[in-house]
Amino acid sequence: MIHKLLAMPPVWRMGLIILACLVLASAITLWLRRRWPERDLSELTARVRAWWVMATVFFGAVAVSNTLSLVFFALMSFWALKEYVTLLRTRPADHGALVLTFLTIPVQYYWIATGWFGMFIVFIPVWVFLLLPLRLVMAKEPEGLTASAGTILWGLMAFGFGLSHAGYLLQLPSTPGSEANGRTLVLFLVFVVEVSDVMQYVWGKTFGRRKILPVISPNKTWEGFIGGVLTTALLSLLVRFLTPFGVWETLGVSLMLCLAGFAGGAVMSAVKRDFGVKDFGDLIPGHGGTLDRVDSLCYAAPVFFHYLVHYHIKLG
Amino acid sequence: MTPPPAPLSRPRPRWPQWLFFCLIVRPFFALFIGLRVRGAEHLPGRDPFILVANHTSHLDAVSLMSLFPLSRIPRIRPVAAVDHFGQGGLLTWVTRVCLNVLPVARKGISRENNPLPVLLDALARGESLIFFPEGTRHSGEQVSAFRSGIAHLVARAPQVPVIPVRLVNMGRSLPKGALVPVPLFCEVRIGSPMKPHGARQEIVRALEEAVRELG
Repeated sequence: MIHKLLAMPPVWRMGLIILACLVLASAITLWLRRRWPERDLSELTARVRAWWVMATVFFGAVAVSNTLSLVFFALMSFWALKEYVTLLRTRPADHGALVLTFLTIPVQYYWIATGWFGMFIVFIPVWVFLLLPLRLVMAKEPEGLTASAGTILWGLMAFGFGLSHAGYLLQLPSTPGSEANGRTLVLFLVFVVEVSDVMQYVWGKTFGRRKILPVISPNKTWEGFIGGVLTTALLSLLVRFLTPFGVWETLGVSLMLCLAGFAGGAVMSAVKRDFGVKDFGDLIPGHGGTLDRVDSLCYAAPVFFHYLVHYHIKLG
Repeated sequence: MTPPPAPLSRPRPRWPQWLFFCLIVRPFFALFIGLRVRGAEHLPGRDPFILVANHTSHLDAVSLMSLFPLSRIPRIRPVAAVDHFGQGGLLTWVTRVCLNVLPVARKGISRENNPLPVLLDALARGESLIFFPEGTRHSGEQVSAFRSGIAHLVARAPQVPVIPVRLVNMGRSLPKGALVPVPLFCEVRIGSPMKPHGARQEIVRALEEAVRELG
């Protein structure tokens, strides 16, 4: 039995681990509801149910093909950018530039699909950065132009450029001496970041006392942060077969991803506060919008990608 | 009494409108815009009714029609100004065939082109009207002053429920003069049906207030 499991391709082994996590989460929710029937656990129930859907869609895309996974990440970028731009105080003169902003997403993912690393890495930070303000200039409305250019380009960097690093992971060649390839690395990244979010939430809800960022994000506590990070580091050892890392490196990398993810979550919380909203949207029951789910990934994906490219994987 | 409407010589085929909504409008609002609807329970289950909304975009009428089941869409008529939509070309074809608009005169009203009998006839046939009392598309998210035409219609059809609706972000997504929509989340906020009565000015004020309060 164990031999058969170990002989499975890593992606399918990961599928079983995800399934086990979901079953465990549902079982715990059920137990909590039996144990304390008077407590309101509807938010938890909705969150767990949404996790089943999100994990199935994400894992399904990754398992089927790289192209489908890229489409998945492109849709994440598109939907997150859409939630962000909807909340921006855009001017009527920004219309043309906003059309270009959304066109940037399919183009950026097209570079990824063709494996053109050089273009992928400069397209938004260089070319869109240079061209978008020109489109704003063409609208002949200088008042508020700097604010528009700044806010639009920031969103493109976070949700177009940052998040698309998760997509480029899929194009990475397999590393010699391990089972790791682009697909398994994407699974590792998303698993660590999302487990870290969940664990910080669980530890924070259970033991949270001291707030880390009382002004920005009152729900984040030191207890949640430390408990979440340590639990995630331990759990990441369970999925080490997805990576080319040894034990200590796995622990280090997952710690780094947790910190990056936390930073991403904090930044997006601050942005929400600036906009005066609680969530970015209402697409995912119990979670808010897409952006509320991918905020940590926007930071963790580039960090993970550049770590890999620097230390492990030679690009063409 | 208005005379009964003359029967159409050839009933307009319904399939272009059906295809337009199935293949373009619904996917567009679901996947590109992500239309959010608040107060859908206030939408009347039967025709006729008069829907009154603020107007900022060409998306307005289509988004409102897309809220109804396909079987009812042919009976829902956006009221459109002939001087804008009756000039020929693609816009006229789309609005006539796909939206099935009810063209009325907006400028130079005389006894011959008075829109009131046209609108009352439609209601009498059991058709519902989508009406933009601001008279034209405005920029910005504020509700502009309503024109008095709507009051004449409401006063003459006191039994028909009037539904106030506030449209949000449509004008940011596809403003006047723009050809390409930006995929911003748009929202339709539907208020509870009303039957305003009294003097014309009071009716106008009541409707304007109702739409503004949904902001």
